[in-house]
Amino acid sequence: MLVRVHVTLKAGVLDPQGAAVRHSLNSLGFEGVEKVRQGKVIELALSETDPAKAEAQAGEMCEKLLANTVIENYKIEIV
Amino acid sequence: MRAAVIQFPGSNCDRDMAVALDKVTGSNSPTQMIWHKESGLPEGLDVIAIPGGFSFGDYLRCGAIAARSPIMRAVVDFANKGGYVLGVCNGFQVLTETGLLPGALMRNAGLKFICKDLKLRVETTASDYTSGYSKGAEITVPVAHHDGNYNADAETLAQLADQDRVAFRYVNNPNGSTDDIAGILSENRRVLGMMPHPERLNDASLGGMDGHGLFQSVAQAFVNA
Repeated sequence: MLVRVHVTLKAGVLDPQGAAVRHSLNSLGFEGVEKVRQGKVIELALSETDPAKAEAQAGEMCEKLLANTVIENYKIEIV
Repeated sequence: MRAAVIQFPGSNCDRDMAVALDKVTGSNSPTQMIWHKESGLPEGLDVIAIPGGFSFGDYLRCGAIAARSPIMRAVVDFANKGGYVLGVCNGFQVLTETGLLPGALMRNAGLKFICKDLKLRVETTASDYTSGYSKGAEITVPVAHHDGNYNADAETLAQLADQDRVAFRYVNNPNGSTDDIAGILSENRRVLGMMPHPERLNDASLGGMDGHGLFQSVAQAFVNA
């Protein structure tokens, strides 16, 4: 079962990389870009076939390694 | 004092750290080097140093993979029993990732890797790492990092201030660190994490001795004990 994990910075945590990307987009003429926040997408191919169990496993992985919950949020998507 | 340095794939300040420690431990107890795959620590250690570098290529997040290696479980146990742990640069990142120190180290606000000598202010002398300096003293220590931007929530920052746990602040903040924080102590004051490299200033012929006071202070704690 394919599980996609989205890791994003918590609101209020400064994202200098996102700010640089926004600046670059503005300089390419995309003037309407007001804010950019950069994150990560992690795809996990799990042997588990039960969606609920797969989601629970992915959640544990996020808490233990995939996200740093001091600064990041995560969202789990069963593909 | 019996000291050890943990080595991960990608550590690159491990030998400098050992030289700095050897200078204060003397030839009777050379610093032991411990590979990250070891699951236990040798008996009788006093101080464990987590060196700078780019452990596991900084994959996922700086220090994240190293923090979950077998040896770090033993280091966390060691710290929880009151052992001394010093993390410098990548070592500081590893310590925040294990949860031994609060907060997180993020990409420098200016996005550039910074490699230069900077002035640090000693904010507290109430620790066995900083007792050899005077409070408010400014020392020059090099930084070399891309992810040294210290970030913590307001509650954590208030706690660090209330408990006098900020060991060093940047005189001129290079990386956007909240509250100019360059190094912090654990609640029991025996775990220190800092981005600048005190182990690189331990020889007058190699730029200065401003970092030596830190190692001398720790060694003194074990002489007095």
